[in-house]
Amino acid sequence: MERNRIAIHVSHLKKSFKQLEVLKDISVDVKEGEVVVIIGPSGSGKSTFLRCLNRLEEASGGEIMIDGIDITDKRCDINKVRERVGMVFQHFNLFNNMSVLRNLMLAPVDLKKQDRETARKDALAMLARVGLSDKADAYPHQLSGGQKQRVAIARALCMRPDIMLFDEPTSALDPEMVGEVLEVMRHLAHIGMTMVVVTHEMGFAREVGDRVLFMDDGLILEEGVPEEIFGSPTNPRTRDFLNKVL
Amino acid sequence: MLRIISTFGRLLLTAMGQTLLLALYGLFFACIIGMIVGIMSVLRSRACRFVAAVFVNLIRGVPMIVLAYFIFFGVPYLWNTILGVGGMTLSALHAGSICLALNCGAYMAEIIRAGIESVDVGQMEAARSLGLPWWRAMHRVVLPQAIRTMIPSIINQFIITLKDTSILSVIGFPELVNTAKNVVAATFMSFQTWAIVGLMYLIVILLLQRAAKVLERRLKYGAQ
Ligand SMILES: Nc1ncnc2c1ncn2[C@@H]1O[C@H](COP(=O)(O)OP(=O)(O)OP(=O)(O)O)[C@@H](O)[C@H]1O
Ligand SMILES: [Mg+2]
Repeated sequence: MERNRIAIHVSHLKKSFKQLEVLKDISVDVKEGEVVVIIGPSGSGKSTFLRCLNRLEEASGGEIMIDGIDITDKRCDINKVRERVGMVFQHFNLFNNMSVLRNLMLAPVDLKKQDRETARKDALAMLARVGLSDKADAYPHQLSGGQKQRVAIARALCMRPDIMLFDEPTSALDPEMVGEVLEVMRHLAHIGMTMVVVTHEMGFAREVGDRVLFMDDGLILEEGVPEEIFGSPTNPRTRDFLNKVL
Repeated sequence: MLRIISTFGRLLLTAMGQTLLLALYGLFFACIIGMIVGIMSVLRSRACRFVAAVFVNLIRGVPMIVLAYFIFFGVPYLWNTILGVGGMTLSALHAGSICLALNCGAYMAEIIRAGIESVDVGQMEAARSLGLPWWRAMHRVVLPQAIRTMIPSIINQFIITLKDTSILSVIGFPELVNTAKNVVAATFMSFQTWAIVGLMYLIVILLLQRAAKVLERRLKYGAQ
């Protein structure tokens, strides 16, 4: 795989909610196959940044290119872009009115990427990959948190995305379930998925991240390989934050 | 009591049939109006939300009896005499159905709006993040969940609308109350007649509630 193509290009991204300026000036490039981890205090704009990347939030300024397509352009077909950008949420957001299998099949069938039978086989294979073959017919309310999040990841993967966005995927989980979700994410990283991960799991960031961004107050204050950020952070705010969480 | 039943039973049953027919017409169109206006009130377009809010507030602010007089007498008068076009006749059934549909439709719209808003926004976001267009996400993910929470309120509204058909006796539609008045006029047995009429409404409404319970149970996830 060509490792140097730019998958996500963000330049001078700004985002405000009414008067509140949440993202002030964010510029960052993510290469294909790269795993970028975003850390930072609560309210610093991490979720907002991630949600701008698939236009769940509309940028107020700047430019966002996903695989060469400018999604801040009003004329771009955002749904087509979203098919290739999977997102995993803190609170899973599995479709409560559908079985696990139908959760996985909905988008591929509805968007006519696959016929029903292919989609079914594909969904079952994906469930096997996250270790949940026996839960195909279960409903979301019958699953544990860790199982829900693995289903959510499988659901996103069924669209064969090029990029995966994770917003604190383990924050709503009981401690004993964090491991099983991180395991799936670790596997994804190893097979070369481009990933942007907001997380408080510093161990995961250090082990799996190719690059760590420290965000505070709507700005990226520091970025570098995990050894740099965790080993010898230069910005005092980064040091302060790491002292608190580690 | 028995004399009323043996003499006027058939007449009262027919009137009940007319009441149900009127309610059915009204409810059918009310569902359509409610769905359209309810969805309009959760759209991003300000204009749509404004139109929806005006409709709902207008209908809620006017007593149904006034609405009934307005549609049955007022609108044809406007058309035929004031505008001078002429030729418009509106049967009591049509006027009554329109009146019920508008009235019930406004309340249904509110029920549907509240139902949609009660579904966690994360459901819509997850569907959109997979690439589903807004309408598909609404149709496949949000509405099915919203409707489930709406069933009790919708049945309740159906019952209110069924009772509201009695108001339409004022425009001369031969529904149950109107017919009962005639029976009382002919027999002077008002106690017996109104007791029978009350019982008839009660039975239909109890049956409706029973059906609602069954429907609610059927719609539980993972129960099939
Ligand atoms: N839809 C919204 N409307 C108004 N303000 C918002 C909205 N979403 C986020 N904000 C505000 O933007 C700021 C950044 O929020 P964001 O969720 O991006 O932070 P975060 O870094 O993800 O925090 P956390 O670690 O708690 O998840 C917060 O002050 C928040 O209150
Ligand atoms: Mg967040």
